[in-house]
Amino acid sequence: MSHPDLLWRNPDPKPAYDVVIAGGGGHGLATAYYLARNHGITNVAVLEKGWLAGGNMARNTTIIRSNYLWDESAALYEHSLRLWEGLSEELDYDLRFSQRGVLNLAHSLSDVREGRRRVNANRLNGVDAEWLDAGEVKKFCPIINVSDRARHPVLGATLQRRGGIAKHDHVAWALARKADAYGIDLIQGCEVTGFEITKNRVTAVQTSRGRIAAGKVALAAAGHTSVLAERAGIRLPLQSHPLQALVSELLEPVLDCVVMSNAVHVYVSQAHKGELVMGAGIDAYNSYGQRGGVHVIEAQMAAALELFPIFSRVRVLRTWAGIVDVSPDASPVIGPTPVEGLYVNAGWGTGGFKATPGSGWVYAHTLAHDRPHPLAEPFGLERFTTGALVDEHGAAAVAH
Amino acid sequence: MLLIECPHCGPRDETEFHYGGQAGIAYPADEVSDEEWAAYVFVRDNPKGWFRERWFHAHGCRTWFAVERHTVTHEIRTS
Repeated sequence: MSHPDLLWRNPDPKPAYDVVIAGGGGHGLATAYYLARNHGITNVAVLEKGWLAGGNMARNTTIIRSNYLWDESAALYEHSLRLWEGLSEELDYDLRFSQRGVLNLAHSLSDVREGRRRVNANRLNGVDAEWLDAGEVKKFCPIINVSDRARHPVLGATLQRRGGIAKHDHVAWALARKADAYGIDLIQGCEVTGFEITKNRVTAVQTSRGRIAAGKVALAAAGHTSVLAERAGIRLPLQSHPLQALVSELLEPVLDCVVMSNAVHVYVSQAHKGELVMGAGIDAYNSYGQRGGVHVIEAQMAAALELFPIFSRVRVLRTWAGIVDVSPDASPVIGPTPVEGLYVNAGWGTGGFKATPGSGWVYAHTLAHDRPHPLAEPFGLERFTTGALVDEHGAAAVAH
Repeated sequence: MLLIECPHCGPRDETEFHYGGQAGIAYPADEVSDEEWAAYVFVRDNPKGWFRERWFHAHGCRTWFAVERHTVTHEIRTS
């Protein structure tokens, strides 16, 4: 699996496609790939306003896990995790997928109860999960401070051993290369600026590179989904926020698992290259500015230092922010919209990376069959009217 | 860090405030459909541009107030 010479062509748009995907990030590329692979639909364009995978796909902290609380979420994210487990081989590209284990720390009695409940729920759903007490946490990850004198003492943790990280760029490039090989056009520098809708059916998109007729249009624009939907006259239950992350300078191997803590708003892993990768919580306000407040980073660093005193002299190399689309129940929105032929896949909020293959799989099925994939059914827009929410604030919340 | 003008206390750091989301959401009429209720509870504007929003001076005078802020530049203008 050496690095290939050519990843994808850089074609100009054709006048018409069966399916136009708006957004060339991880989910858009995975959707294109599975449209071709699973459904034989290859007259497809992926339109990307910037460059491929230059949005949240280039800004996330690459954590992969499936230990969500509710049956609906566990099924969806576990499907995704199983796809990850075969994806390097399938795409013939080393994704650096490393199942090094994900710890979710508990710092209070309610954290402990919530964590143990989630472990039990996970096991009932066939998702691997274990409960570790503080001593076992220390054994699994020796550099964590488990002193009971800490401001937020570590009382235990959930562990998903099959969770881990992958290299985000490789994931995007591998999916793009395979989609391109199927004949799908990946069109960069092409922003969707409007929709042509006739008798409540979408027939074409207007773009910065001209009009493109479309049998179906699939939104896959993460934090910018609301902006696109508004151009089609649709309001969605999404709010866009900055989500910040940072990396340290390169270090020798020091942390061989993923550590997450909802209570203190930090999640940490060490990338293959050697940087510590740390994510923060979202900035409170709505924004499309791809930057956030330094005080959020300060709070995150304070939390990280309490958990890992050994990092006290590590220097920050760079910080950045992506724009995440947060839904009211911290679960995605997948399925048809009030406009026929127009589909949405959004609301993955702070945790879309882990879902990349699973999201693409169910979205492609939904597009191909004009009805939701069974795993996507609970995640339709109608749940906000029926009240059948999939409340994953506990499992997703800050550290997704 | 935003500098937010509290109408009572004047300009203060963002960390003194809690965010309240879109301003001007009226409580719906007595009789609404499920769709209208869902929109009231769950759907808010999410514009890329000027946005009228509520802030709460939680660590100050505890006043709720509205400001207009640009969601790309983060500039706040008095309205």
